[in-house]
Amino acid sequence: MRQTLLTAVTAAVLAAGPALADLTIVDTSYRTGPYAANGIPFSDGYQDYFTLLNERDGGVGGEKINLVECETGYNTEKGVECYEATKGAGNGALLYQPLSTGITYQLIPKATADGIPLHTMGYGRTSAKNGGVFPYVFNYPANYWDGASHAITHILNENGGDISGKKIALVYHNSAYGKEPIRTLEELAKKHGYELSLLPVDHPGQEQKSQWLQIRQQRPDYVLMWGWGVMNQVAIQEAVNIRFPMENFIGIWWSGSENDVKAAGAGANGYKALTFHNLGSGYPIYDDLRKHVVDAGKAAGAGDQLGTVLYNRGMYAAILAAEAIKTAQEMHGTAAINASQMRDGMENLEMTEAKMTALGVPNFGPEFKVSCENHGGNGLGAVSQWDAAAGEFKLITDYYQSDQEIIAALVAEDSAAFAAENGITPGC
Amino acid sequence: MPDQLLFGMEVVLNGLMAGVLYALVALGFVLIYKASGIFNYAQGVMALFAALTLVGVMEGQVPFAHLINAILGTQVHHFGWHVPTLLAIILTILVMVLLAWTVNQLIFRHLVNQEPIILFMATIGLAYFLEGFGDIMWGSDIKKLDVGLPQGINPAIDDLTFGIFGYGFFIDNLDIVATVVAALLVVSLVLFAQYSKQGRAMRAVADDHQAALSVGISLKFIWVMVWSLAGFVALVAGIMWGTKSGVQFSLSLIALKALPVLMLGGFTSIPGAIVGGLIIGVGEKLFEFSVGPMVGGATENWFAYVLALIFLVFRPQGLFGEKIIERV
Repeated sequence: MRQTLLTAVTAAVLAAGPALADLTIVDTSYRTGPYAANGIPFSDGYQDYFTLLNERDGGVGGEKINLVECETGYNTEKGVECYEATKGAGNGALLYQPLSTGITYQLIPKATADGIPLHTMGYGRTSAKNGGVFPYVFNYPANYWDGASHAITHILNENGGDISGKKIALVYHNSAYGKEPIRTLEELAKKHGYELSLLPVDHPGQEQKSQWLQIRQQRPDYVLMWGWGVMNQVAIQEAVNIRFPMENFIGIWWSGSENDVKAAGAGANGYKALTFHNLGSGYPIYDDLRKHVVDAGKAAGAGDQLGTVLYNRGMYAAILAAEAIKTAQEMHGTAAINASQMRDGMENLEMTEAKMTALGVPNFGPEFKVSCENHGGNGLGAVSQWDAAAGEFKLITDYYQSDQEIIAALVAEDSAAFAAENGITPGC
Repeated sequence: MPDQLLFGMEVVLNGLMAGVLYALVALGFVLIYKASGIFNYAQGVMALFAALTLVGVMEGQVPFAHLINAILGTQVHHFGWHVPTLLAIILTILVMVLLAWTVNQLIFRHLVNQEPIILFMATIGLAYFLEGFGDIMWGSDIKKLDVGLPQGINPAIDDLTFGIFGYGFFIDNLDIVATVVAALLVVSLVLFAQYSKQGRAMRAVADDHQAALSVGISLKFIWVMVWSLAGFVALVAGIMWGTKSGVQFSLSLIALKALPVLMLGGFTSIPGAIVGGLIIGVGEKLFEFSVGPMVGGATENWFAYVLALIFLVFRPQGLFGEKIIERV
């Protein structure tokens, strides 16, 4: 009896909810656990933008967005459970943004089989850039290998284009994510003649004394970091402790939020991080977000994350998703698109400065065009620097083009290996 | 002196300091196990909760602000005041005592004389509850903790060693403070356990709950006292680790660093926690320094457990643990 009642209540709740809305977007967020401090602003930005579209524009192309949130706790198993539980929500999920390389790796075969696209913006499997092998995975506008190249380009620029003999250390999370840039950095070392040393840090990264003693002893000219969560905060604090020059310490974009530097106080001033989008809240879209979402009490979170690095990144991910929906609607002549049509929209997405300006985010992200051969965008990224007194990251360079001579070859090699392992015939 | 030898000496010194930080976490486990035979899985989360509470009190943060705002539609986040560090520490200790009393009233009072595995399972539940409760109470953003402890390289040691060896050793000021605090804690706790009336009662309860009850020892008082002491130790550990990395939810994972220390030092010995911590700290750092580069690094986490396992083979009760003698 109790079971029957529960089932009836659940069914009633599902029927009464927003399940009938047409465009279902799933936010696999993590608002709890050790990585919540990073998961919350991204999720807030992602959801708030879709809420803005619903409130201000009545959705996209006249269809409301049905936002479904599922808590993963940054746990891969829970992420897969979320996917399975939500893929049939509403009229079927159109898109997943897992925000976890571990979850992404698990979802690639599932989502491909189900025909649901994944957008792994700046994370996940780098060689998914090759759409001929990964038709349902998109990682525009930039990937880890682009990031490695951006860091080296920045160092080259600072040294008049010659870094032969320089010592560069990579402090990385000892996981698939952290190991991503190694091959690219090794190839770039052959090209530019620098000496690369590798310093892995075990999860979660609260204790890094050994790594930073080695850095103190080896005295590298630059330190690059591929970290996440507490590893970032401890690394930056240890760098401050050994008096490593912060302007020579460059983190990937997942090591470059306010959360990572604030704990180290003024000592973190000058720390650099890569980014593939602009920073701050000085954009017209923020007026709309405050008016239609935050002040209206419809914000996904407390409304206190607007303008932070990760909020901006979540919002950017939502902008790119919404623009892909519009592209798909135009291509297929219907507003109520399905996941397969969403994939087409993503594969034909073109982001121009005129489009970004019209959306209220001028000069916010690089221009790029997606195609079947290129699911990863143009590989543009810039460098930001932490200003401790102002309490914000500031963009200090133009967007760099990554070294496609090396990266394109690595993408082709890795995706070909994946295709061979999985019996995929590549083709566009 | 060869560079590698100097680097090795620096690594050993830093290993000793890191070991003290591990021991600070292990001490909380030892206290509760010693008095109640409970392996407190929630000790790491208690360190997190204590540090969250300390920062929250210092910063004048409104507890449960998100919940209050969601229910009442208000926008309250801060009281608008800052509480001095010492007063905030005292208030946090009171919160930890209240937590100890509540845990005893709601959980362990009902589990007297249950199998150790039941008590262990209860602490797993407590850990997850406390983590979620801390999240609702104080939020999950990363908080900077500044109680005035010095951080960064100690210039005196740097200059001294540079004068002697031509190479200045790096020793973190925070590690020096942690060492002094840990030494004081251990001495105080040993004296308390050996010579105070409550300390002797605590040991009696550890030996046999029923026998202790039969001679008039209040089990409730002893357990609340021990959990309060463990809460205090958790606060100290939370301050040290929270100062290093900011107060955030991964603080609860520091318990993983304490397990090999306990296996090595013994679950029932307060000095054992310190000695175990020092051996693990030096062992893992030296291994990483000497062997790490040959095997790709990141050896510390697993090597600590290997080291502890080697000791376990020869001395299952740990270096300082009490030998278990079962009479039939």
